[in-house]
Amino acid sequence: MKPAPFVRHAPKTLDEALKILAEVAPQDGRILAGGQSLVPVMAFRMARPAHLVDINEVAGLDKLAVEDGKLIVGARVRHATFHRPAAPGPLGALLAVVVRNIAHYPIRTRGTMCGSLANADPASEWCLTAATLGAQMVAKSASGERVIAADDFFEGIMSTALAEDELLAEVRLPLLPDGTKFGFNEFSRRAGDFAMSVALAVYEIKDGRIASPRLGVGGAEPHPRRIPEAEAALDGQAPGDMAFRAAAEAAAAAIDPLEDAQTDASYRRDLVRAVVRRALEASL
Amino acid sequence: MSKDAGGTVIGRSVPRLEDRPLLTGQGRFAANISFPGQLHMRVVRSAVAHGKLTGLDASAALNVPGVHAVWTAADVAHIPPIGFRLTGLTELEPYRQYVLARDRVRYVGEPVAAVFASDPYIAEDAADLVDVRTEDLPSIIDAAEQPGFYDDERRTEPAIIRKGYGDVDAAFAQAQHIVELELSIGRHSGVPIETRGVIATYDEERDVLAMYGAAKVPHWNRDSIAMMLGRKLETVQLFEGHVGGGFGIRGELYPEDLLACAAALKFRKPVKWIEDRREHLIAANHSRQQRHKIRAAVDDHGRILGLDDTFFHDNGAYMRTHAATVPDLAAAMLPGPYIVPAYRAHGHIRLTNKTPCGTYRAPGRYESTFVRERLMDAIAQRIQVDRLEIRRRNLIAKEQMPYDARTATLGTDIIYDSGDYAGLLRRVDRHYGLARAIARAEQRRSTGVLAGVGLAMFVEKSGLGPSDLVRITLHADGTTEVVTGSASVGQGMETAMAQICAGALGIDYATVRVIHGQTDRIERGGGAYASRVTVMTGEATHRAACDLRAKALAAAAPLMQTTPDRLTIAGGVITRVNGGASMPLAELARIVSLTGEGIFEYKHMVYPYGVHIAEVLVDAESGGVTVERYFVGYDIGRAVNPMLIEGQIAGGVAQGIGGALYEDFRYAENGEPLSVSFADYLMPTAHEIPRIELLLTEDAPSPLNSLGLKGAGEGGANAAGAAIASAVDDAIGLPGAITELPITPQRLKALLRGLPPH
Repeated sequence: MKPAPFVRHAPKTLDEALKILAEVAPQDGRILAGGQSLVPVMAFRMARPAHLVDINEVAGLDKLAVEDGKLIVGARVRHATFHRPAAPGPLGALLAVVVRNIAHYPIRTRGTMCGSLANADPASEWCLTAATLGAQMVAKSASGERVIAADDFFEGIMSTALAEDELLAEVRLPLLPDGTKFGFNEFSRRAGDFAMSVALAVYEIKDGRIASPRLGVGGAEPHPRRIPEAEAALDGQAPGDMAFRAAAEAAAAAIDPLEDAQTDASYRRDLVRAVVRRALEASL
Repeated sequence: MSKDAGGTVIGRSVPRLEDRPLLTGQGRFAANISFPGQLHMRVVRSAVAHGKLTGLDASAALNVPGVHAVWTAADVAHIPPIGFRLTGLTELEPYRQYVLARDRVRYVGEPVAAVFASDPYIAEDAADLVDVRTEDLPSIIDAAEQPGFYDDERRTEPAIIRKGYGDVDAAFAQAQHIVELELSIGRHSGVPIETRGVIATYDEERDVLAMYGAAKVPHWNRDSIAMMLGRKLETVQLFEGHVGGGFGIRGELYPEDLLACAAALKFRKPVKWIEDRREHLIAANHSRQQRHKIRAAVDDHGRILGLDDTFFHDNGAYMRTHAATVPDLAAAMLPGPYIVPAYRAHGHIRLTNKTPCGTYRAPGRYESTFVRERLMDAIAQRIQVDRLEIRRRNLIAKEQMPYDARTATLGTDIIYDSGDYAGLLRRVDRHYGLARAIARAEQRRSTGVLAGVGLAMFVEKSGLGPSDLVRITLHADGTTEVVTGSASVGQGMETAMAQICAGALGIDYATVRVIHGQTDRIERGGGAYASRVTVMTGEATHRAACDLRAKALAAAAPLMQTTPDRLTIAGGVITRVNGGASMPLAELARIVSLTGEGIFEYKHMVYPYGVHIAEVLVDAESGGVTVERYFVGYDIGRAVNPMLIEGQIAGGVAQGIGGALYEDFRYAENGEPLSVSFADYLMPTAHEIPRIELLLTEDAPSPLNSLGLKGAGEGGANAAGAAIASAVDDAIGLPGAITELPITPQRLKALLRGLPPH
């Protein structure tokens, strides 16, 4: 469990980092941020990147700010940052709830939000959050910058729209209006394990009824996504057990479940039903 | 025995002598040990579960700068297969493992070559380049299937363990009820936080091969290494440092130990090998996996007339040092605390294409307690009496002690030395408020909450002989040195031995220095396994301390112008019983050299016993199980240090819950291991384990040693699978539903849906 040989580059500026990345990307060069996923995989020699572009000393990537109604999270911002509200209003509170479900505290002090998004594990809490809230990903490379919507960003199991020479420099999360309700629930066999199913519910209340519902499910399909059928079951309903159960049923029926030895399709649907209902219940 | 034999320090929860270096970061584990010029060894392991070895090309590896050598089977052709330490039936011998695979590989992880290099990274890089060619053979991964072929001649069932007594067929012929169950236990192992490690050195000047990183049974391993490498005993020495967990698995003799030692001899350089976690999960012993088909013949009152058990023990690819120990113990101890007039057990030892097996904390008993206690619950259900009552009706009575269980294991007849099983059940019932707990769970279930209470009883065994030797020397600086051939695997044996020595000698336990696991300090020693240290080494220590005390008083008497019977020792000072002159022991030690010796030879074991109670909450939506409360009632005979016993029990319960709910070494159909990291082999963490409550009793001291001691190492693990299963049954209202450990959420959810498990 010692990694294969690699060259570590430690740029100090973003330009320098992107320039090195452009050079080494064709030789399986990778970005090293928190390393909480990449390094174990390298230790198992399941990944053998020849080059690592270590961005931990790159100036400016620790940006954490609110601009134009969005929370900007730079590539070096660690998970643990979100234990305390990092944004005003419901968004900061939501992130503070979600973050506690990411692995264990020591991992959260090192791993980064952008790293999780770029890694795109199907069970990632941040990927679920980005998909549910409609985050924007800012990809930078030596040849320029582009903004990718969450819907277009996640492509499959650990697969994203990022090109090999692109760095996910920041993610932009829209602030949530005051009064926004949210709830989160995750099931795993042990505290801190990868979610076997995870759900995030976000909605507003208009005239006592659910408005603008966003209902995301992760850990159940190749990547987290919003479930329109469940959102339809919520929209315009009074928040409560009946609507929540209907949404949970709709989500369980709508997913195309990932299967593994521990989780057959019907069990995955059971779990999705459970986490969706509980996430909604937690929103009250 | 004499109740006062231990003095006042015995029975007190004094702080551990071991703690200072460990808590201040001064621990010295295997990986901390290095020697100048050492080579690092990396083992090349089979990537296939079963195959003919058709070729091996190490040329690319040998070309890597820094690589010193690559060994294959031809380089270790002089080393015989690793022998049996316990329960070594002769028919098992053809199935022993060579240190490097010869013509076949039989599990993923089997050593096929070893790379020696100047640096561990280089060694691993080079190991990747060793090209091992195999021709695939079909894999066997289910031990309950018909046996297949181990090689061209032999089948994969090397032996059947047969135990029993009485007329079983007659018992079934006259039974009012016959209760039958089919039950499985998963594949688990002790997973110590410190992986294995060996540092072998050869001192040419003294002609001594030394091995650091030893644990558990240094003397046995020393003898075996010497024999296997053709060396005289005194030219091989093993040294135990701090050991980060034993649990049965660590400290057994493995191929890597021999490889490192042989290489140090051959290269005349120190050789270091530190196992990584992935290796540990596929190369160090697995344990426990069994499938039982058991029947009970029962009368109208639920009293057992006879038991008939057939089981299949999945031993993996080879017979390692424990040989038939685990299935033998399972068969021998299955009857437990109950009167079983007729008994028959057939344990089929089966070889499969998985990692070979050894013992794991409460070996054979975790399994057979699960089987027996599931059976007791099923009998209770059949007869329609409650789970406590069915046990009361079948327990061996206090008046029947000592009780001949009419089976034998580990070379000794099982004769329960002392015990009041009904008495412990009564005390536990009262102390815990079992009836209230059961009523509370019922009440919660009536509101839709799936809460349940489970219980299980068991008899443990401890204090395996045949002998232990202890020498105690009084030094002029006031310290007392206890030298044992026993071992420390982190259980606190230094403290316990110091307390026993201090109690008998009349000194402060903190002035006692306990030496263990150093083969150059004492000629023999049993080591640390089978919950034996406190009993065997403890009694030997007691005897050595008594011997030393007598010698000290005899030497002091003329100096103090009296006779030995008028002297006593307290607080390290010899005083006259009726006052007057006194003399510190240390002062006496400056005048005469004082050493006491104690040998304890005993072939029978002692039998502690206990009750486990689990309270669980089942999540109907996910099938998840939360252990809300866990309680153990345990009779230890006599407690040397209750704090250490609590620690032993709590740790054992945690491991037991791991096996009940989380841990399983899973394999794909083709024999590929699926549990190769902590993401797949789920150890419970502090989040999953509740505070463990303990009622420690001393109602049945052992009559077989001076202090009444029994062991504490395995009683926490023993009944955890059984108690959790019983509690989950209760919670979901389906008696007998749980037939398999671990209870995974997927299986439980399938049960809750009324569907067959996936």
